[in-house]
Amino acid sequence: MSQYRNFLFLLACCAVVSCGGSGEQVRLTGSGASFPYPIYSTWFKHYSRASDGVIIDYQAKGSGAGIRDFINRTVDFAGSDAAMTDEEIAEVDGGVILLPITAGEIVVAYNLPGVSASLRLPRTVYPDIFLARITRWDDPAIAAANPGIDLPDLPITVVRRADSSGTTYVFSKHLGAISEAWLDGPGVGKTVAWPDTDKIVAAPKNDGVTATIMQTPGAIGYIEHGYAKFADVPMAELENREGAFVAPGSGGGRAALQSAEIPKDMRVWVTDPPTADAYPIVTYTWLLVRREHDDSGKAQALVDLLEYCLTEGQQIAEDMGYVPLPAHVVDRARAALTAIQ
Amino acid sequence: MSDSRSDSRSDSRSESRSDSRSESRSDSTSDDGGAAGAPVAAPVARPPSAMERLSDRGFTGATRILTWGVVALAGYIVWEIGGHALPAIREYGTGFLTGTEWDANRQQFGILAQIWGTVYSSLLALLMAGFVGLTIAIFLTQGFLPRTLETTFRYIVELLAAVPSVVYGLWGIHVVIPLLRPVAEWLHAGFSWIPFFSTTLSGPGMFPAALVLAIMILPTVAAVSQDALTAVPHKMKEAVYGIGATRWEAIVKVIVPAASTSIFGAMVLGLGRALGETMALAMLVGNSNQITLSLFSPANTLAAALALNFPEAGRIETQALMYSAVVLLAITLIVNVIGAAIVARATKRLEA
Repeated sequence: MSQYRNFLFLLACCAVVSCGGSGEQVRLTGSGASFPYPIYSTWFKHYSRASDGVIIDYQAKGSGAGIRDFINRTVDFAGSDAAMTDEEIAEVDGGVILLPITAGEIVVAYNLPGVSASLRLPRTVYPDIFLARITRWDDPAIAAANPGIDLPDLPITVVRRADSSGTTYVFSKHLGAISEAWLDGPGVGKTVAWPDTDKIVAAPKNDGVTATIMQTPGAIGYIEHGYAKFADVPMAELENREGAFVAPGSGGGRAALQSAEIPKDMRVWVTDPPTADAYPIVTYTWLLVRREHDDSGKAQALVDLLEYCLTEGQQIAEDMGYVPLPAHVVDRARAALTAIQ
Repeated sequence: MSDSRSDSRSDSRSESRSDSRSESRSDSTSDDGGAAGAPVAAPVARPPSAMERLSDRGFTGATRILTWGVVALAGYIVWEIGGHALPAIREYGTGFLTGTEWDANRQQFGILAQIWGTVYSSLLALLMAGFVGLTIAIFLTQGFLPRTLETTFRYIVELLAAVPSVVYGLWGIHVVIPLLRPVAEWLHAGFSWIPFFSTTLSGPGMFPAALVLAIMILPTVAAVSQDALTAVPHKMKEAVYGIGATRWEAIVKVIVPAASTSIFGAMVLGLGRALGETMALAMLVGNSNQITLSLFSPANTLAAALALNFPEAGRIETQALMYSAVVLLAITLIVNVIGAAIVARATKRLEA
């Protein structure tokens, strides 16, 4: 380990010498959630360009893997859609700060040939679709909510995530909150026990699910809003707690976040927002950073980077398909930055 | 004891080798000398110098170490995986092999569906690749084409092996599945009483996965079968033609049966490759724990389940995954050993 560090130091020296001593290079490494990866990579690119000699690497290998890397101290920060459990927090020496950094909507995307209008799915219906209790698109329950639409006579193919994922965690948590049958059946988790039928297929990662939905007539699945937006897949309007149908990406996400109080440790789940204009499936995603750092240069760079993400960075969130943080969350997160040493 | 024996053996070998070297050197010096007009009397033979002896011995030692290193590495991998799997093997025992549920939250693990999917998809792929691969091999070795064309086609078939797995997966999602859909719908509509067509195609599934897998193992099957057919002694062919057989009779009744053991070995090697294939299957097979004969139903395979579940697995699930890795290792090992043994026997029989 110390040899490795020496080697890095040597490399850093070489870099400094070859740049003619244009200032010390700082390299920050992170790993974790793939859900916010598109916005992270944009942020890090912009920040690297604007700052002098800060290089940031982020590997989107999944929330769980990121948390493990963070605990093993192989990375400087980690991204997680599922925050961290109490046991995981206890394993971090030097203390950890959980920063909500951006938020996203999870959409129900579908592929219905010949249907151009946006589909409406009531909250009694979409859990049953994912439970494989409603198995055909022309089911009366779906037809009743969509009077103007001529639904095709097709079997419903549910596309789910094959890998363990934060997206599944948030989606199953929401379904568990609104449906008893879901909670007693598949349950809540990064992977869940899906009903045993050949009409539920699994694909790896957000892009795999998106591709499979697009290639399968009659398919329905859950993906992160940004992926659906850029792939141009139709997304369903979902009924929220107040009985209103809200389309994703229309400010409904922001309304949902406003409704939730932020606790002290900043772990908050917006499982079923109670406001009338809220989109029902919204989640924060967190960056995990250590309280204490050995290297003051690194700590300073990290604070600067997070400051940038929380202020200027929020402005591009909407365009990237994410939900900008509400002002009170930004204030809380920025206040927490002062604890980094 | 054994050391000294092997030393003396390597010494004598190095001596004889350096002898021939010094001979050739003396030849060349005499040639040079002739050209320069000043002949030098070089010794015909001399004992190897200390340097030569050392480098020879060093080379033998290095090859020995590296060879054993490979064996040791394989052993170490098995030992390591087995060690990690041990807690799960103790906890779940044989119930692990017969269960069908994989639920990390309730910590219930069973891999019967994955084993079924692995074996079924591989056998289906082998059925297709075996037929096509053998046909290609016959076509490219029995003089149907000019020599240059034969070599070109050979290279093209072997190039299939160079396409990355994930590219096959993407091609499967975007090309194969849409192409198969009308066929699958027609088969299901007309022949749903046959168990193979009993469900409709739900996008990814067994049939597209097996089809793409077949293309992936085709180079292995075709190449080894070609070698087998080329190895059939020329005398035998001439004898067949000599007693008045037609070309087809010669191929179907004599040449292919003569090479049949090797061809069977090629199939088994292809099967071994198919069993371990991961990425393309993870993208195409549907990853759903189904045990059914239906070709259009999604299924799961051991390798795909391993690849997809590892990155986020907790401690207990990792142990269970290690257990399934051991099972996969055992299946592929058995298949490969059988294949290698068959090929070895066939080669010996033909040489005799």
